[in-house]
Amino acid sequence: MSASMLLLIVLALAAIGFILGRVRALSSAGGDSRHLHSLPSYYGWNVALWTMVPALLVLLIWLVAQPLLIERSVTQLIPEDSYAGPGELSLIMSDVRRVAEGLDLAVAARQMSADEAAALSDPEGLRGTLGALGVALGSEIEPTTLAAAQRYRVLNATGTMVRNILVIALALAGFALAWMRTNADFRARNTVEKGVLLLLIGAASVAILTTVGIILSLIFNTVEFFRLYPARDFFFGTTWSPSFGGGSELGILPLLWGTLYISFIALAVAVPIGLFAAIYLSEYASPRVRGTVKPALEVLAGIPTIVYGLFALLTVGPLLVNVFGSGGVLGVDWMGGATSVMTAGLVMGIMLIPFVSSLSDDIINAVPQSMRDGSLGLGATKSETIKQVVFPAALPGIVGAILLAASRAIGETMIVVLGAGAAARLSLNPFEAMTTVTAKIVSQLTGDADFASPEALVAFALGMTLFVITLCLNIFALWIVRKYREQYE
Amino acid sequence: MYDSPKAEAKLDQKEIKIAAEGVQVFYGDTHAIKDVNVQIEDKTVTAFIGPSGCGKSTFLRCLNRMNDTIDSCRVEGNIRLDGEDIYDKRVDPVQLRAKVGMVFQKPNPFPKSIYDNIAYGPRIHGLAKNKADLDDIVERALKRGAIWNEVKDRLHAPGTGLSGGQQQRLCIARAVATEPEVLLMDEPCSALDPIATGQVEELIDELRENYSVVIVTHSMQQAARVSQKTAFFHLGNLVEYGETGQIFTKPQDPRTESYITGRIG
Repeated sequence: MSASMLLLIVLALAAIGFILGRVRALSSAGGDSRHLHSLPSYYGWNVALWTMVPALLVLLIWLVAQPLLIERSVTQLIPEDSYAGPGELSLIMSDVRRVAEGLDLAVAARQMSADEAAALSDPEGLRGTLGALGVALGSEIEPTTLAAAQRYRVLNATGTMVRNILVIALALAGFALAWMRTNADFRARNTVEKGVLLLLIGAASVAILTTVGIILSLIFNTVEFFRLYPARDFFFGTTWSPSFGGGSELGILPLLWGTLYISFIALAVAVPIGLFAAIYLSEYASPRVRGTVKPALEVLAGIPTIVYGLFALLTVGPLLVNVFGSGGVLGVDWMGGATSVMTAGLVMGIMLIPFVSSLSDDIINAVPQSMRDGSLGLGATKSETIKQVVFPAALPGIVGAILLAASRAIGETMIVVLGAGAAARLSLNPFEAMTTVTAKIVSQLTGDADFASPEALVAFALGMTLFVITLCLNIFALWIVRKYREQYE
Repeated sequence: MYDSPKAEAKLDQKEIKIAAEGVQVFYGDTHAIKDVNVQIEDKTVTAFIGPSGCGKSTFLRCLNRMNDTIDSCRVEGNIRLDGEDIYDKRVDPVQLRAKVGMVFQKPNPFPKSIYDNIAYGPRIHGLAKNKADLDDIVERALKRGAIWNEVKDRLHAPGTGLSGGQQQRLCIARAVATEPEVLLMDEPCSALDPIATGQVEELIDELRENYSVVIVTHSMQQAARVSQKTAFFHLGNLVEYGETGQIFTKPQDPRTESYITGRIG
């Protein structure tokens, strides 16, 4: 019986439980639902939940744990001298799994009986048989592999059977227990609501645990990297020249410089434009204008960044070359190619405008009308009121918005990959191609480097650095936003 | 453009500061103020009383054109300050509001220091020649707002850190600092406790020496305590206007009588 079949059985049991629980509750109250503690459907849900939740939890854990345990026990059957490292072992193990699955398929397709398959110990000709069934194997099957595959099948079959029995037994036990407890005085509503609460807590924990998991994987790989490459050279090295043959210099400074330079230009574009747009929208625009302009601005936020990247590469870059390149309008020769810090920065700035404007607009709107009235009532003009009362009151929140935009800029990848070029260099000229931390993470991991080499692992150290920077920015932004809330309330 | 001698004679020879004739106010399609005529005297406290939604705050906000900031609001009729039509096209509402200060229902100090709160108006209107002058203006305003002694040691602390009553007196001081001629107060004590209310009322009485004060209030006791003239509004109409003592003891209109005795409201 497959796991999905098992799931269906449990769900069917739960559905029956719902109906029976409801019926039992009603009959215990003499058919009058007013004598019940809770509404009848709560009793139904109570039985259904008791049937479903423990059984499905066990099923879930089993599905995760069984392959791990079987894998570990089968691995011991592979002689240690037949593989050189963890990479080869995992290749052998995938062969083992494929052979085991192939044998199962052969039985299912009536190519051989179950007993024949179980007794098979000679790999001769098996590759051909399995190949005919669509299970392709890279090489001839070793006898040890076949033995391991047989062991794998046995363990798998036993595990699955135990699992099925256990899950169904649990479902029935939950069903019986909840059904027996169902009577008019049972507080089914409270029980069900507690279940809902657990569900909510579970959802919240999944989100947090995933974050923790991501951070942990970053940390482990970063530590691994620093074991292979000195941290001092990484943090203070001014050259970035990875060579996959070894002996590469992996200094983060040129990348960090590129990141910060591009983010700076992006913010220099986005902050004034976004802020002025927000002030216009929140203070001057009529409700009708605001109603159309604000969503239109927010459309910018919905454009995929790869589209911005194309825009940078195909439109903005050539445009800038026409102005600043040799033979350009200005007659200067500052810009060699279309990809440059300026190209990426300008386009990223355009991308960030809606972030700044939308958040700032909300924050400016949150400044109480009584502040504006107070200022206008003293004979201040609208612009004086905005400059001297509304804007200072909103400033901490606006700074928070800008910092959020900044962390977005630092983490941006696609625009940089397409717009900024790939050369890691420390230069002040904004018309030169540079690259950023994110772009280099992409190029380090998409090559065919060995995953255990420092050239690939450096991506995790880069990611970790970036993560720490944006985390600090975000915490700082949140801190400022929170502080600002206290100011006029 | 000058007030009729007849009205002046009727109102105890005190100078008329604001004269409103046939004022109508509409919010969209709602007719909020219906044909109100009133003459507000200089150096007098005038109270507007009436049940909620009767239009007294709306009318008050007409007197310094604060209703201009509400898009759907339309004002008709004629309001003259010292004989000049304040709704004339040539009048700058910003200049007008400097002359006709306003204190709001909820204390609304700016999230700035106490000093900067008071100095806000004088700075905008360029009333101070230098720093010492500004210090002087701030001190005078705080003294007139009867809050100087409580804040003189912490002028650079945030104004929002004061108690509700102190905040309201700060707001009054802030309004006074721009040297207005008329002070409009929209239920200035509704967010305050009795002690703070007492302090603000005392302050209003003192302000009468220099300004014409118009106060909207829900409390008839307050109107009786602080005002010399009272106007009773009901459903957008000005029902009765006269000496405070007369309104509260011998009301002419049955609606006024019902309201002050608590039968309508």
